[in-house]
Amino acid sequence: MAAESSSADGPTSQSPIARLRNRLEGPNTIGNSRQFWAGLALAVVALIAFPILGGGTGNQFSLFLVLGLLGLSLSLVWGYAGILSFGQTVFFGVGAYTFGIVSINFPTPGGITGAVLAGTLAGAVMAALLGYFMFYGGVRDVYVTIITLVSTLVVLTFMAQTAGSEWTIGEAPLGGFNGMPGMPLLNLGVEGIFTFQFVFNDLELFLPLVGPFVVDPFYYLSLGLLLVAYLGLRVLVNTDFGRVLVAIREDEDRTQMFGYDVKRTKLVAFTLGGGLAGLSGVLYAARNVYIDPSVFELYFATLPVVWISVGGRKSLLGAVAATIAVEYLRLNIGGEMALVAVGALLLVSILVLPGGVVPWINDRGLPWLKDESIPWIKAKMGRVPESEATES
Amino acid sequence: MSESSDPESLGPNVRQTAAEMATGDRTDTLLQTEELVKTFGGFTATDSVDFAVDEGELRCLIGPNGAGKSTLLKLITGTLKPTDGKVYYDGHDITDLEPNERVDRGISMKFQVPSVYGDLTVRENARLPIQQFADGDRRRRLVQESIDAAGLSGYEDVEASTLSHGQQQQLEISMAASLEPDLLLLDEPVAGLSVDEREKIADRVTSLNEEEGIAFIVIEHDTDFVGKIADKVTVLDEGDVFREGSIEEIESDPAVKRIYLGEEGDDETGADR
Repeated sequence: MAAESSSADGPTSQSPIARLRNRLEGPNTIGNSRQFWAGLALAVVALIAFPILGGGTGNQFSLFLVLGLLGLSLSLVWGYAGILSFGQTVFFGVGAYTFGIVSINFPTPGGITGAVLAGTLAGAVMAALLGYFMFYGGVRDVYVTIITLVSTLVVLTFMAQTAGSEWTIGEAPLGGFNGMPGMPLLNLGVEGIFTFQFVFNDLELFLPLVGPFVVDPFYYLSLGLLLVAYLGLRVLVNTDFGRVLVAIREDEDRTQMFGYDVKRTKLVAFTLGGGLAGLSGVLYAARNVYIDPSVFELYFATLPVVWISVGGRKSLLGAVAATIAVEYLRLNIGGEMALVAVGALLLVSILVLPGGVVPWINDRGLPWLKDESIPWIKAKMGRVPESEATES
Repeated sequence: MSESSDPESLGPNVRQTAAEMATGDRTDTLLQTEELVKTFGGFTATDSVDFAVDEGELRCLIGPNGAGKSTLLKLITGTLKPTDGKVYYDGHDITDLEPNERVDRGISMKFQVPSVYGDLTVRENARLPIQQFADGDRRRRLVQESIDAAGLSGYEDVEASTLSHGQQQQLEISMAASLEPDLLLLDEPVAGLSVDEREKIADRVTSLNEEEGIAFIVIEHDTDFVGKIADKVTVLDEGDVFREGSIEEIESDPAVKRIYLGEEGDDETGADR
């Protein structure tokens, strides 16, 4: 059922690019025009060139990209499936801790690669467990929000008391509030064939015209993964499955009366979101070579909700953009003032732009974000405008 | 829905046999409730209701506000679980089935308040039920047929929230009917509609019933509308079946007038529980 793209009853496409666009585009995503893709390509090129052109090694910025995955996970779960979850950081933290435990016990490149997968999977499994009991237990709406919120506090309380030596899994001490030190560096691959260390491995490179420069490979790893996740989710939300998610968000009972297994669909979306949050946590722990229970704190649990509210919860692009922007702002302000600034931002966005910034810009019709907003673009693109039908 | 996987089951024609049944003897019971009880706290919404609908029948359900009409419908769809009693459909006990499982068996419903998906376009709305069982060209054709049947050709790419109330009702009936059900439940399909729009809905329901043999249970306060479409009318009062019969019998029954037409007959806007 989910395999077919939104092109199912649109015009039949010919070229591979048109087919690809048919999969990536649809009413469930913002940015369905050549201008948008050109703009996105430009942004990606700029991000790739950023360390080369003297923006540093990209090390600090990679944190924002990693958190972008966490933002995307909430956009899928809340923005598309309508499940307001404060628990994304639980899956994030579980992913991070699982990565730590597995990689400390198997500190070879193969083991560390396995730890990345294990951490991602752990996030998904945790979400599947929590989701199963909630959705099949008949928990809905705001009660899901409350349970996910409480779950982060439960995990925080649990992790805080794991300082003793009895809380050691294999070689890996959980460490309570002191956190889990001693993780190996993120060295991926298979021994004897190919391995590469992605952190603390600044590469000194040279380009003609530019000269020598230093880059952090982890920056490019996180950029690549974020891009893949963004495009992958765009495809997902524009499939039949994506449309059912939106239908559930809009009206759960109605969708069930169209024959859809709403509980299972929500569980699938929640699990996918958990896996994505888990991957984000893995990268977070790998980047810092450290993890502690502060990721389960209330403050951190609310941040994804702030990002998504500001950027626009129904927009994957908004999720990524706002995560990067808000985190950049937050880390540059720092300290208590950052809390005030983030709180103010949330209030202002809810009061002034309840739909979020990116959908607002899209509705105003920035030409490169919105299709056919300017007649000459419509003519040049030669596509049949989707909204030509008469308004009632 | 059972034919849905069969590529040859192409919309309207599949109900041929059921349609024949509708014109012949109505001996086959499609739906039956047995002593159906639903209580909310200390309040009894339906009190031991025995209610049956035959294949291809068009039944209207009337009664004062609070009589338990919407509750009965929700018990049939599975949105509510009964406190006691059973629901049988096509000879099977479906009391413990989830709503979507009942849809798979052939029960479909249009809600009281038109609940099309406002954020989605007309085409996406129409596609949602159909995408479960049809792909490619067949899907495209069924979606277009569904939109045309709602009288919404030309509005395919309009967001459903911008449609008029009557258009939303038509779209939702199309969506519910596109599941090719054997039993279609309509909760106040003409509430708040103009006379002209009521006519259109009446024609639509009658043709779905007569041409495709779909059995209906229609909750409606408007007795003109009921008189136009109903094979048989059931009056609910205080959570139980009060009278059953033709519209003429019901309209001329003094007891019905007393509990319903006389006292609250003009109230067509009140929400049911």
